[in-house]
Amino acid sequence: MVKMTINNITVEVPEGTTILWAAKKAGFTIPTLCHHPDLTPGGQCGICVVEIEGIPGLKRACMTPAAEGFKVKTHTQRVMATRRQLVELILSNHDTDCLTCIKNNNCELQKLASTVGINVLDYANASRQRLPIDRSSVSIVRDPNKCILCGRCIEVCGKVQTVNALAVNHRGFDTVITTAFDAGLGNSVCINCGQCVVHCPVGALYEKSATDEVWEAIHDPDKFVLVQEAPAVRVQLGEEFGMATGSLVSGKMHAALRRLGFDAVLETNFTADLTIMEEGTELISRLTSGKNLPLITSCSPGWIKFMETFFHDMIPNMSTAKSPQQMFGALAKTYYAEAKGIDPKNIVSVSVMPCTAKKFECLRPEMNASGYRDVDYVLTTRELGRMMREAGLDIREMPDEPADDLLGDYTGAATIFGATGGVMEAAVRSAYRLVTGKELEDVEIKPVRGLKGIKEAEIDIDGTKVKVAVAHSGGQARALLNKVRDQIAKDGKSEYQFIEVMACPGGCVGGGGQSWGSNIAKRARRGESLYEEDRSLPLRRSHENPSVQALYERFLEKPNSEKAHKLLHTHYYKRSTVDGKILPTK
Amino acid sequence: MSEKQCNCAEVQEEELYPRLEEIIMEHRGKGEDLIMVLHKAQNLFGYLPRKAQEMVAEGLNVSLNEVYGVITFYNFFSTVPQGRNSVKVCLGTACYVRGSQEVLDKAQKELGIKVGGTTEDRRYSLDVVRCIGACGLAPAMLVNEDVYGRVKSPHLMNIIEKYE
Repeated sequence: MVKMTINNITVEVPEGTTILWAAKKAGFTIPTLCHHPDLTPGGQCGICVVEIEGIPGLKRACMTPAAEGFKVKTHTQRVMATRRQLVELILSNHDTDCLTCIKNNNCELQKLASTVGINVLDYANASRQRLPIDRSSVSIVRDPNKCILCGRCIEVCGKVQTVNALAVNHRGFDTVITTAFDAGLGNSVCINCGQCVVHCPVGALYEKSATDEVWEAIHDPDKFVLVQEAPAVRVQLGEEFGMATGSLVSGKMHAALRRLGFDAVLETNFTADLTIMEEGTELISRLTSGKNLPLITSCSPGWIKFMETFFHDMIPNMSTAKSPQQMFGALAKTYYAEAKGIDPKNIVSVSVMPCTAKKFECLRPEMNASGYRDVDYVLTTRELGRMMREAGLDIREMPDEPADDLLGDYTGAATIFGATGGVMEAAVRSAYRLVTGKELEDVEIKPVRGLKGIKEAEIDIDGTKVKVAVAHSGGQARALLNKVRDQIAKDGKSEYQFIEVMACPGGCVGGGGQSWGSNIAKRARRGESLYEEDRSLPLRRSHENPSVQALYERFLEKPNSEKAHKLLHTHYYKRSTVDGKILPTK
Repeated sequence: MSEKQCNCAEVQEEELYPRLEEIIMEHRGKGEDLIMVLHKAQNLFGYLPRKAQEMVAEGLNVSLNEVYGVITFYNFFSTVPQGRNSVKVCLGTACYVRGSQEVLDKAQKELGIKVGGTTEDRRYSLDVVRCIGACGLAPAMLVNEDVYGRVKSPHLMNIIEKYE
């Protein structure tokens, strides 16, 4: 422990604590801009400067460790004037049309300008260049005119995700954060995970919105507009309306969607249960044959593009099961249309996702098993929040309503898909039954839960030991898959039989489509809420879902049947590490 | 240039890649050698073609974006091939006040390229310099090794066109 004073208040903090956190302990919040609690401090912006007695110059609180006897002043005249000047300089090269900015009211720079007391812009006439907005990606828009070069996106893209799609290019006044060759995100190795989006303090990165298209469909009397919602949305949507982090709003979400005008409110959770039936069956057949192990999950479209780009030698190990979103899409325009007597060409299939990569996934050319585009539009949780506000709906005032029939039931196993380790846990619950014919008594598989980087467990399925591993984030996936590669190269096989990978830290609850201002603590809280919903549900194993059972009876026959393969399974491509495009097959 | 453009420049470039491969082999997996390898690559090609950047990234095990970031940061590196003749307009203080910006604008317009660019036929590259010590002759310009003083924009092309 070290003892120091912050504005004459004595605090004691563990060694290595930054002055930023020590000040917090003393009751002072030092303003920051480039700092993010989950990322390594880079000190780019200099807003957090403080004075330390006996040390010349100002020091950045975010990256200066507390030391014994430090006498720190956080808001001297000099410090405050410096902060104001720094913010003014940033604003001099910033597109300040806040009213029309996607981040209006949620912008960290906007808040900071108010916090440090900017009331005139002394550099307002500085010449600023207008750069083209990058709209090359189907998931993410990048507006360099809003960018303040804080580097958070680069840090998360490079260090956390190990994708390296974004970097600081050019120099001086021409400095810009772009992709290699300035080719645009859509022509880069970007996996569309959107972690840059949720870490950006300003409006420089945001999702490619589909709200206009969805409104148009809703107001078209000839269209039957149905909607599915991913597990992670229900523990996040509340935050859009000021509810506590992780508030569970499944029923209110259904009610809100109905009030927005969707003709049928269905559930991605339904097809999460279905995914388990297909993937679980696949696992059993691979364990029996001993071929292409470990089996690797395929629900996360960010992970899929990551794998196609950096680990395409692992394609045979991938589960061929589509993600729940795409399984839903394929069924909505076949099974559901048939059962309800609706012409599939009049169905508009919308999904609400915690994810920006889902926008890329629904546009993959092969995702048309129904004979139509299986999923027409993907909305992020943020976009749904915006549509609700436009319609005058507040989630807190909604009643609890169930989803509609046929594709609306779900079990606890489905809802935990939204947290890292959830797919693994759900799969084990059903695989146990598929192998042994008996039910797993204690369905909670605790070792695969939580936010540890790579989680491992050995599952005993009636005497058969199955070694599993779970990775979340591109970086952890890379580390785990490199290990698997080495093991296979050395011993001909890996120690693992089953691996779950999610592209985002924390799993879908930490997705790139969730509310602004995401951090690890919030992600953990949302995950816990999903486990709470799981505990509260009467059915907690996917194979117990009565609507899934009915679907197999009436339509698909059995898991991995020919029809199931046609509608619910897919294939993968090798992609270039230069531009992320599909490589020609030899 | 005649209609049938000679493509020997490209052919020669293709022949240089095996040599780049050799250079990369010496530094395989060593990201810290990036700048050194880029120097050698530029000496080889005269500039850094995109394919060379991709090979360096792959060979040194650094991201393509890191390579691109370094190249665009340092003025020394060029991503466009250099022309046979280098035109440099001085934008030093003396030349600037005597109207070298006008000369530069004219050069960009006539050659159809921006500063740092090369004409399609690779006849000219255009750059700016900050003072060449010929302030008495302002505005001054360099074509290859030759210094021209008191350049007026209407006469600019008469000078430049002397260089094939």
